Amino acid sequence: MPDHPTGSDTLPLSLTVNGEARQLRVAPWTTLLDLLREDLGLIGTKKGCDHGQCGSCTVLLDGKRANACLVLAVVKEGSNVTTIEGLAGPGGALHPMQAAFVEHDAFQCGYCTPGQICSAVALVEEGRARTPDEIREHMSGNICRCGAYPNIVAAIEQVLAENAR
Amino acid sequence: MYDFDYHKPSSVADAVKLLSADPDARAISGGQTLLPALKHRLNRPTYLVDLSGIAELRGVKREGDKITVGAMTRHIEVQNSPEVKSAIPALAYMATVIGDIQVRNRGTMGGSVANNDPAADYPSAVLGLGATVVTDKRRIAADDYFQGMFTTALEPGELLVAIEFPIPEKAGYAKMRNPASRYVMAGVFVAKTKDGVRVVVNGAGPGVFRQTDMEQALSANWSPDAVAGIKQASEGLNSDIHGSAEYRAHLVSVMAKRAVTDAG
Ligand SMILES: Cc1cc2nc3c(=O)[nH]c(=O)nc-3n(C[C@H](O)[C@H](O)[C@H](O)COP(=O)(O)OP(=O)(O)OC[C@H]3O[C@@H](n4cnc5c(N)ncnc54)[C@H](O)[C@@H]3O)c2cc1C
Ligand code: FES
Ligand code: FES
Repeated sequence: MPDHPTGSDTLPLSLTVNGEARQLRVAPWTTLLDLLREDLGLIGTKKGCDHGQCGSCTVLLDGKRANACLVLAVVKEGSNVTTIEGLAGPGGALHPMQAAFVEHDAFQCGYCTPGQICSAVALVEEGRARTPDEIREHMSGNICRCGAYPNIVAAIEQVLAENAR
Repeated sequence: MYDFDYHKPSSVADAVKLLSADPDARAISGGQTLLPALKHRLNRPTYLVDLSGIAELRGVKREGDKITVGAMTRHIEVQNSPEVKSAIPALAYMATVIGDIQVRNRGTMGGSVANNDPAADYPSAVLGLGATVVTDKRRIAADDYFQGMFTTALEPGELLVAIEFPIPEKAGYAKMRNPASRYVMAGVFVAKTKDGVRVVVNGAGPGVFRQTDMEQALSANWSPDAVAGIKQASEGLNSDIHGSAEYRAHLVSVMAKRAVTDAG
């Protein structure tokens, strides 16, 4: 039976983060959110509640949206992680969802925005939400303290409409 | 979080060995409940046993007149499963109203049923359908499994492996969601099966319970009107900042009516 760990034990972890393969070592209790922010310097992903309630830490894990604060990094060995920093195209061209958020002024303070955009990118990919009501339901995991909801819905509607064309 | 060690077994046998070797070891499936608890330092496991590498715990199967859902099956997979959607649409619907998509992409049925949060959704379907909880050592009838708030028949070190749901003739679920957290304020699951009618309330009390007055009324007359006039007593129901016991008692009748309508 192992003794209680001393805190010095780290485990190897390979992850692909925004297209780049990374060989890391992490303590078992490190969340994916802390790994991204503290170890990899990817501070675009925000920590709001740290308890899965606000969605500001939403990232794409193998293409699916997840709250990075409620994922232990070690659990995701071999996964592909996309954060807000990884959405732009070559040369920094904005992702269509980023462009739509700018166009519709879909933020005020901007704290929730990286999570909103990652979540919205997944929503489009999932293909289940079409109407404004469905968009609101499928974005319910992302809270905006500033209340930019109407503009967020408008931005997502625009991207859905562009894709339908 | 306190520090802990980490193991990722690839079979049920290895997971059980790890969990029974140390009373302070804990299983982790989706982590959507365990990680918030660990962040609050509510408990201090020596090591976590990650169940996500165990293929035999995943997926949905239809065999004869039952649907078997593996413990590691995520809420999103239940929601999208063609087997669940065709055999027990009320269960697929229930998955669509758990939390939000981020939570449903990670959270698992086994984690929810092992945890037995009074505000969880799945326990009402498990009890309402008279399901069987399958563990590494035994089969537990739903009627014996739920033992009140955060308490189940699972013994320390026992692993929930799957849940077997008999396919009902009809079933429906209705839930009043807390608008902020989306956890249930009061929910009702109704089922008409070959063994009779079951009506189960979740979210309103300290654990899931059967509403026998409504069961009798629906056995005589399966219609929303049959339950509309039946009042749930408020004694023993939850009272908190989200709603009083009286409000929750009232919601039980409203949700029961909606659940029967939903079942058709
Ligand atoms: C913001 C938010 C909203 C939510 N809303 C809802 C909601 O509306 N309705 C709802 O029902 N739930 C809700 N949940 C809870 C969610 O469904 C959880 O996923 C679920 O309760 C626990 O499942 P898990 O797989 O994440 O379990 P974990 O957190 O990994 O584990 C939970 C507990 O079960 C134990 N355990 C896990 N798997 C097993 C197993 N196979 N055998 C034995 N023990 C096991 C663990 O040791 C732990 O004690 C919400 C969660 C969050 C964060
Ligand atoms: S920081 Fe992860 S959901 Fe709030
Ligand atoms: S823009 Fe401020 S929280 Fe959403």
